[in-house]
This record gives sequence, structure tokens and C-alpha cells, in this order.
Amino acid sequence: MKHLLSFVLGAAALALTLGAALAQDAETIIKARQAHMRLVSFNLGPLGAMAKGEIPYDAAVASAAAGNLAALAAMDQGRLWAKGTGQPENDGTRALAAIWESSDDFATKIEGLANATAALADAAGTDLAALQAGMGEVGKACSACHKTYRAEKK
Amino acid sequence: MGKLLRVVAVLAAIGGGAFWYLTRPNPLPAGAMAGLTGDPVAGARVFDAGGCASCHAAKGATGEARLILSGGQRLPSPFGTFIAPNISPDPDHGIGGWSALDLANAMQRGLSPDGGHYYPAFPYTTYARSTLQDVADLYAFLMTLPPSTAASLPHEVKFPFTIRRGIGLWQRRYLSAAPVVTGPLSPIAARGRYLVEALAHCGECHTPRDRFGGPDLTRWLAGAPNPEGTGRIPDIRPGRLTWSEGDIVGYLSTGFTPDYDSAGGLMVEVIENIKRLPRADQEAIAAYLKALAGPG
Repeated sequence: MKHLLSFVLGAAALALTLGAALAQDAETIIKARQAHMRLVSFNLGPLGAMAKGEIPYDAAVASAAAGNLAALAAMDQGRLWAKGTGQPENDGTRALAAIWESSDDFATKIEGLANATAALADAAGTDLAALQAGMGEVGKACSACHKTYRAEKK
Repeated sequence: MGKLLRVVAVLAAIGGGAFWYLTRPNPLPAGAMAGLTGDPVAGARVFDAGGCASCHAAKGATGEARLILSGGQRLPSPFGTFIAPNISPDPDHGIGGWSALDLANAMQRGLSPDGGHYYPAFPYTTYARSTLQDVADLYAFLMTLPPSTAASLPHEVKFPFTIRRGIGLWQRRYLSAAPVVTGPLSPIAARGRYLVEALAHCGECHTPRDRFGGPDLTRWLAGAPNPEGTGRIPDIRPGRLTWSEGDIVGYLSTGFTPDYDSAGGLMVEVIENIKRLPRADQEAIAAYLKALAGPG
């Protein structure tokens, strides 16, 4: 419940700040955003490897990585997605203008990742089957945004 | 002067006759489906491998709604915008009145039941390589799905592409049941070739098109401009796609890349279909991709 409340507040804060004026330059923001993404994929690494059977299941490692993921996804991301930091104004980002044209839907999808990673954090220490099921939902949440709001590589 | 007019008239008649002859529909023999019995369970696998729901379900449909093939999704192209039709088993608005042979002519010959030519936004250049047994199974499966009364909308294409008869020429040039990759393949890679070349239509986006909009088979799966927006659909030949077969299977079954980025864009829909296939099929696709010739 505490989780849920923080997501709702986080999403609301995100929606409010998406339109905020640039306090930092776009390049700094894009770098920070990509670092955040990198931390997400870094913590997905051991979870995915366990889910695929590449390394043995370890409840403690799985719980810690999934806890990190949930924390990363629950972070307030308003400043990370400040208006004017996407395509076509900036090189070096694949963030599409649609993010700012559909900011409510975008915020819903950010919240979707927060929910899926919170569920994974709860389940990852239980057993491998619970981890695999939770990873499926996290994958869907990642793709939900990347389908609509990220450009193909050049 | 009278003579010149006569010559022009004769040439025009010859030209018109040649056009009429060269664009004529080329349907399957009337008895092509005789003796084939469709299995709807096998047909569900053909349905997922063929990616039917990605275009024919309503935009954004998930879960059970992906099986309501009401059409309506818009497919932009340089020739205009195509709108996927209703292929639910509704007799008035869908394909409820079709025979299995009608479906086979649509998928393998690009022809409607009355002999009209379909636009190749419908990937029949791929489905032309499918087996008639798979078409029979798919037909049996499609007829189990819920009907939709949504009307199919007309395509939004400009002249001269509104002259559908001209598509007959295009079909003469590009429709072929011959495999793209020839030469010896392991049984698993051969299954992968069938999935990729006859059903999953990977080449529709990953292979560049020539100036007439047909696939350039000399650059098979060599990457192409994104048909919807900016950027490129990647080259997935060995040497360009450096993932292991296990990495490819992982991507096709979970949507995660080996470094835990996720699939994006149109590929999200593709994985939504391919992840439903048995693991052996995902492994077959990976084996086929590894068996391709690399960039030369």
C-alpha cells in the first residue's frame, strides 16, 4: 500500500514536471536519463540470467537486484524527462517528441514499470518460477514505452 | 493522316490487350485444397507465426482482444495509407463467407474471392511460400474466433496506385513460392527458413525494397529504412547481428536483448506473436539467421 501510494504520487509529480522549463541543459539531462536506464539494465542482468537458466537461482541476489530495480523505477523522474530534451532538437537521444505530446500516457507507462518492478521485488526471493513470472511483466512494461516513445537506431 | 490514326488505334488496342493479359489474376487450381482437413490447434501456431493479429486486431489490443480481427489499423507507406480489413468470421463484414480456397488465394496469390488484386501491404509475397496444409489449419483456427461487425475501411492511396489491376504486374514480378535462401540447411535451420520466409514476414521490414516497392532479395535481411518514422530496421545477418543463438531465442521469447535493453517499435508486436510459439520454433529462427550468408 505504501508502495502504491508512492507510485501514484510519483506519477502525479512526473506529469506536473514534464512541462517544466529547462533548469539544466539538455545534454546533461540526456546523460542522466541514459545513466538511469543503464542502472536499470545492470540490475536486470542477474535476474534475466537466472530466469534464462544461465546462472543458478540465488534468492538473496535476486531480491537485492529486484529491490534496486523497484527503487530506480519509483524514483521521481520529472527532471529526467524535461521538455525539450528529445528528438528532433537533440542528437544522441532516441526519445521521441510523442513523450511530450502524450505526457499523461507516458506517465501511466512509467507508473506501469514502477508497479511491475515492485511486484518483482516482492516475488524475486520466493523461487525461480515467481522470478520468471515477474520478469515477464517487467519486460512488458519496458516494451510498452519503447514501442511508442523510442525511435529506431539510425 | 487517317492511316496514322489507324496505327495509333491498333497500337493502343495491342497495349491495352497486353496490359489486360499481363495483369490477369492467377488463382490456385480449383481443387487445390481438396483432401486437406484443417486442425484449429495447429492453425493457432500458424496464426502466431504469421503475425496476423499485429495488423488485423484493433490498434493497442491486448489479451483476448487480440483475437477479435476487426481490422482498422493504419499502415503508412510511400504509396499511401493502407487500412487493415476485418478478417473475423463475420459473414457480412469479415471472411465468414470464405472457403479455405479463398483464404489460400488471398495468402498465396494476393487475390480476393472475386479475383481482384490485393495491395502488397498484405504480405502475400511471404505467405506465397506457406504450405496449403498450414493455410487449411489457419482457416480452421480463424473460423473459431469471435466475429466483429466493424466495416472494413477503404485504403487511402493516390492515383495511379488506385488502379488495382496494375498490381497484377507487380505480382508477376515479385510473387514466388521459391525459398530465398537455397543450399543445404540443417533440419532445424530449414524449419527456421520456413518460419521466417513463409510466415513471420521478417523480410517485410528487415529487407530493403526496390523502387517498385518489392523486396530486394539480393539484400535479404540486410536492414532497411524504418517504414514508420525515423531510423533504420537493423541488418540481422551474421556479422551484423552478433548475438548467439541463445541470445536470439532469449530476445524472441522475452523481448530483452543480451544486455537487458528491451525491444522497441514494431518489434514489440512481433515478439508478442513469436513468444507464443514453442521454444523449438524460436530456436529454429535463430539457427536460420546464423545460417545466412554474412555481408559480402
